[in-house]
Amino acid sequence: MAVLQSRKAGDGEGGEGKVVACWDVGGRGRKGLAHVFSPTLPQIRGSRARALPDRALVNCQYSSATFSTGERKRRPHGDRKSCEMGLQLRQTFEAAILTQLHPRSQIDIYVQVLQADGGTYAACVNAATLAVLDAGIPMRDFVCACSAGFVDGTALADLSHVEEAAGGPQLALALLPASGQIALLEMDARLHEDHLEQVLEAAAWASRDVHTVLDRVVRQHVQEASVLLGD
Amino acid sequence: MKETPLSNCERRFLLRAIEEKKRLDGRQTYDYRNIKISFGTDYGCCIVELGKTRVLGQVSCELVSPKLNRATEGILFFNLELSQMAAPAFEPGRQSDLLVKLNRLLERCLRNSKCIDTESLCVVAGEKVWQIRVDLHLLNHDGNIIDAASIAAIVALCHFRRPDVSVQGDEVTLYTLEERDPVPLSIHHMPICVSFAFFQQGTYLLVDPSEREERVMDGLLVIAMNKHREICTIQSSGGIMLLKDQVLRCSKIAGVKVVEITELIQKALENDQKVRKEGGKFGFAESMANQRITAFKMEKAPIDTSDVEEKAEEIISEAEPPSEVFLNLLSVSKPVLWTPGTAQIGEGIENSWGHLEDSEKEDEDEGGSDEATILDGMKMDTGVEVSNIGSQDAPIVLSDSEEEEMIILEPDKNPKKIRTQTISATQVKAPSKKPVKKRKKKRAAN
Repeated sequence: MAVLQSRKAGDGEGGEGKVVACWDVGGRGRKGLAHVFSPTLPQIRGSRARALPDRALVNCQYSSATFSTGERKRRPHGDRKSCEMGLQLRQTFEAAILTQLHPRSQIDIYVQVLQADGGTYAACVNAATLAVLDAGIPMRDFVCACSAGFVDGTALADLSHVEEAAGGPQLALALLPASGQIALLEMDARLHEDHLEQVLEAAAWASRDVHTVLDRVVRQHVQEASVLLGD
Repeated sequence: MKETPLSNCERRFLLRAIEEKKRLDGRQTYDYRNIKISFGTDYGCCIVELGKTRVLGQVSCELVSPKLNRATEGILFFNLELSQMAAPAFEPGRQSDLLVKLNRLLERCLRNSKCIDTESLCVVAGEKVWQIRVDLHLLNHDGNIIDAASIAAIVALCHFRRPDVSVQGDEVTLYTLEERDPVPLSIHHMPICVSFAFFQQGTYLLVDPSEREERVMDGLLVIAMNKHREICTIQSSGGIMLLKDQVLRCSKIAGVKVVEITELIQKALENDQKVRKEGGKFGFAESMANQRITAFKMEKAPIDTSDVEEKAEEIISEAEPPSEVFLNLLSVSKPVLWTPGTAQIGEGIENSWGHLEDSEKEDEDEGGSDEATILDGMKMDTGVEVSNIGSQDAPIVLSDSEEEEMIILEPDKNPKKIRTQTISATQVKAPSKKPVKKRKKKRAAN
């Protein structure tokens, strides 16, 4: 169940819009929160020197709250894992966002994991997709992500924390559903080559399911918004 | 130092070559560069050369208390450092993204795949375990750091021997290297990373990209496998869009490559083992004698030159005929051989510096005297010679002497048409003043 909350902060510096999207997987409790700052003005936050002349710069930061896992995490951000997640998110969204339309500007995506029960990368990507869409940033397609694994000869989609901790192979896949292109593919632990196709297929199928949910939520939200605006 | 940007023509050249399935060093699309593995005197030290990319790996161990939630397992720690000698672009503060990426990839490849049996590293459960630390240093960057680093890590781990330990009841005895032979680590399998570079939105694929190829690539796919065809890690990076069948094809290619590389590693380890057993000399010093470590040798690139003549003829026939000027010159003058190795054809075209000198002088007049002083000081000598050369009639005096006998020929011929009326007016006014002005400024500059 995805809840799309769009709160646009008032007058920030230069009228930047802040959009919040919350991706909540009901039941098992995997909540991710994504904030996206829209590149309305060609203003670079931070270093101007890093501005690219023909495209927008996508900056992603990942942080998981200290209370998100079973044991309290001591370092919410700045450790290698968070940096890596940030880089991967950035790679995913650089591929999906039409950066050519906003030269010399910066798009910031901040993702915060509130509750982690496995599949954090997928939750982050889904939340960020919603946030980016709501911010009005043009994208090629939805980016839907899902994790998959392989246990006892069966491919499983959307692993929970217990299944991940068991130590079997885990695959995280970010997909653009319309074209079937893979924006990011990441796999850990040993998996025999012959089973790769099966697991990829499971992850792709699950991502497409996620896409239907996201699509429905976005359409619903747009409908509500247009009713409120009285169109 | 910032990385020198790749020029557009080089980029285009590389991409065109890749489209025609040619690589700069003559390899095929699925070929690896030469891999050389050499070992140091200590156990656990090795240098891996993948082409010119060099990685040094060193394994060390220590007895520590285990992690609280894993009381019976040893600790593995991996660290890859991009040394500043590897590339001018690597600076202490500047490398973070690449460093994080490489380190995480190596960690996932080697730790999550459980290639080392961590249970065997336990000495006393809950109190003492071995901490194995693998330090990798990149010594030279010529592309594909990941592959070289993963090979170095696994080779170093296979080569490493830890001190023997025995536990009797509550007593733990750690034997030194003299008392008992050190014990190798128990390694289940050898995961090796294979990198695939994608170009032109995934149309072209290369294995083991060199540094140039890495600069122009769209993205990278790294697949780590072992020789049993088990995939240990897959990581796509760089923002390319992959298709499922591309990934499957890459995994098949990776399987083949990994088997070859594993054989090579086994052979190298066996050789080193043999040399040590027979009491022969081993270590880097030994490799130095064969010029394997300190020298960079360029091997002959196996480029296919069979069709060079036809291609050359094609290009010449399709090329434009040389311009009129050159034709005239060439027909007029024949090559003159001064000495063996030095020949001259013609005397070049007319020098156009005279025109430039005119425009420089006009600029000086425009610009105000203050800013013109410095300009004058610098251009003074060149001004003399150039103006002399520029005029066709006067004798050419090529001397840098700073004597005062300066004959400045006034530019009364063709001022640029763009110039406005005012400038020509000042120019006309200036002649009488000019020589004096220039001399004064020259003394000031001196």
